[in-house]
Amino acid sequence: MPVLERDDAHIWRRRTTGQSLVRWFGWLLGVAVFVYCWQLISESTTWFFVWDAPRIANDIWTRATPPKWDYITQLGRPIWDTLNIATLGTIIALILAVPVAFLAARNTTPSALFIRPIALLVIVSTRSINSLIWALLLIAIIGPGVFAGVIAIAIRSIGFCAKLLYEAIEEIDHSQVEAITATGASRWQVMAYGIVPQILPAFAGIAVFRWDINIRESTVLGLVGAGGIGLQLSASLNVLAWPQVSLILIVILVAVMISEWVSAKVRGAII
Amino acid sequence: MSHRELDDMLGKGWRKPAFVKNAWLRWALSVGFVAYLIAAFLTIDVDWGRVYEGLDRGWAFVLAFTSPDFISRWGDIWSGLLESIVMTVAASVVGILISIPIGLGAARNIAPLPVYIVCRGIVAISRALQEIIVAILLVAIFGFGPLAGFLTLSFATIGFLSKLLAEDIEAMDKVQAEAIKASGARWMQWINYGVQPQVMPRLVGLSMYRIDINFRESAILGLVGAGGIGATLNTAFDRYEYDTAAAILILIIGIVMALEYLSGIIRARVQ
Amino acid sequence: MLRLQKLTKTYKTGDQALKAIDLEVPKGQVLALIGPSGAGKSTMIRCINRLVEPTSGGVLLDDVDLTRLGSGALRKARREMGMIFQEYALVERLTVMENVLSGRLGYVGFWRSFLRRYPQSDIDEAFRLLDRVGLLHMADKRADELSGGQRQRVGICRALIQNPKLLLVDEPTASLDPKTSRQIMRLITELCHERGLAAIINIHDVALAQMFVPRVVGLRFGEIVYDGRPTGLTPDKLTEIYGEEDWEATIEKVDDDEEVEAAE
Repeated sequence: MPVLERDDAHIWRRRTTGQSLVRWFGWLLGVAVFVYCWQLISESTTWFFVWDAPRIANDIWTRATPPKWDYITQLGRPIWDTLNIATLGTIIALILAVPVAFLAARNTTPSALFIRPIALLVIVSTRSINSLIWALLLIAIIGPGVFAGVIAIAIRSIGFCAKLLYEAIEEIDHSQVEAITATGASRWQVMAYGIVPQILPAFAGIAVFRWDINIRESTVLGLVGAGGIGLQLSASLNVLAWPQVSLILIVILVAVMISEWVSAKVRGAII
Repeated sequence: MSHRELDDMLGKGWRKPAFVKNAWLRWALSVGFVAYLIAAFLTIDVDWGRVYEGLDRGWAFVLAFTSPDFISRWGDIWSGLLESIVMTVAASVVGILISIPIGLGAARNIAPLPVYIVCRGIVAISRALQEIIVAILLVAIFGFGPLAGFLTLSFATIGFLSKLLAEDIEAMDKVQAEAIKASGARWMQWINYGVQPQVMPRLVGLSMYRIDINFRESAILGLVGAGGIGATLNTAFDRYEYDTAAAILILIIGIVMALEYLSGIIRARVQ
Repeated sequence: MLRLQKLTKTYKTGDQALKAIDLEVPKGQVLALIGPSGAGKSTMIRCINRLVEPTSGGVLLDDVDLTRLGSGALRKARREMGMIFQEYALVERLTVMENVLSGRLGYVGFWRSFLRRYPQSDIDEAFRLLDRVGLLHMADKRADELSGGQRQRVGICRALIQNPKLLLVDEPTASLDPKTSRQIMRLITELCHERGLAAIINIHDVALAQMFVPRVVGLRFGEIVYDGRPTGLTPDKLTEIYGEEDWEATIEKVDDDEEVEAAE
């Protein structure tokens, strides 16, 4: 809060001249970067298509409505597969995430120097890569199908769950652990009585939260061939069967809303 | 009297009270869950022969991480990566700018009801549709290229950021805002002095987080032709060029880690 | 029974919390450990059961030097020492009964404790203790539903079910109101007499200590500066322990309190 003196008057300014200059320059730089980015995008855009977009959008809309309702009879199995991909993937991820989280948390890791960095690397690498990419990779390795989808969802979720879980472990109340240790409990008993009860609510919350996200993600895994309703979506898009596409989109929307509702209910019940 | 109670209880076993009180419901839930798991496992048809064959390829891929090939397709990698970054930057800027007014409109304590309903509607639509599905539709409308990806990410950013911003505004401290209103401030001044200082740190943190997500998402948009590194990655998988794929994945993980580190620093500074 | 020999603790930061403490506690004696915050009271208690690892010196419990024990033997030794904590340190999401039974963890195997299948004798003892502290009807309540005083009673049960020879009590009344504080102190000292337990009660409330224990040890900057009967705590002595302050008020308060107590 600089106060300048000029002509015997005190002038209050929010920032000094230097500070405002730096800020002004920062904004200028930001705008320049944005303009540059926009130019790159616009260079690789065929603007003819863009000007034509309203007509095309309108065209797609008229073709897609009304949705082909009786196609729903063929969607039962894909919906079941989608649900399984999300649920089994979440369960596998949770089973694997628990040990990773305990190895990554500062207060439970056996070795902060060697094991913790490895656990953190597992977390960051599984987290940074989208499940669609994991699915691509797994399809190249073990072939297309639901199984690849389950594993892709599982791998992607390990990092996410383990990160939230190890943060919860680091926030536990240490005195409860101390009290259990003081009774002469063994290492595993301290874990079961002192630590696990404290993180159980967080664990349940994370599980349901991730399951909700996984339902969304598993609906599109089929686009790359990893099973579920996305397979039908991709097939319908390939033959430009827009009434089927619109029906599938409606089904996906409903599924997403149901899973969000379920997860909100369950989380409400836990907390 | 209490001693009679004690005498009744001595010699009797003790069991931990169950989480679900109703014994019948408890059994139904566990039996149902196990039945679901069995059904789910049975309906996944895994071609174990194919998986077994794939193990070699999987191992080859793991080995590829020890000798990633940045060089032979560096041209493709560089242009794809640049496109991803450009889309991320442009979409984050536009998305954040648009999500601020929508976030204000979606906060019940400062927006009138009609505005609130419209803004909440936009948020709900944006959140219900996954990026990849939006990208497919936008590619169909605007043609291939980064413009579709840019629009997809901007749209997704709006849903994410507006919702969290609105929730933050609804949870803010009323007294501070009232004090500013009491001084006779106009609406804009009121937002600037009463609301902005309270939500700014969280807005910055969430924006950084969203930039991180946008980059990760930009890596898959290429799968459906919406620009970015995804197309290069897909080609690498199709050609079984695991060393190139490994190089791309390492770059993605590295950039995500750098972004997380940066956002950690920025968040610590604004708080 | 318990003997500390030149017990020293130096933290990594270089702070010397305990400077060669020598102390002997005979069987069945309850003593209060007083002193200003940072005098090393908490560290001393935790060095005895090695929740904090002492830097040097010995802790002899019935002529066994605890500082030399391996982890298995240390766990056996910890069963002999019950501990009661300042913020109760109950596992809040477990029931009262589970918290009490957790005092038996040193005696039962992992799977038994994991499946909550404790021997019947342990369960009976838990019921008896809960009845003794007046919480039998709360056995299946979750620990975080209890009030402060009730939680501390559960903490006491957890320590006693270990069947210890010695109680280590760390600021048992710091988070309680004055009336509950007295009830808890009375309960602890009564139980010690009933069972012939020795106890080290770490407490900052001098008046409360004077009221309930026969022996007071004053700690300042990691050194013992007073060891004797509570009546010997003159203003001079208190000044030596805590620093300059008007002590007459504190000591008089003791008398006032006793009158109130008599009137009740």
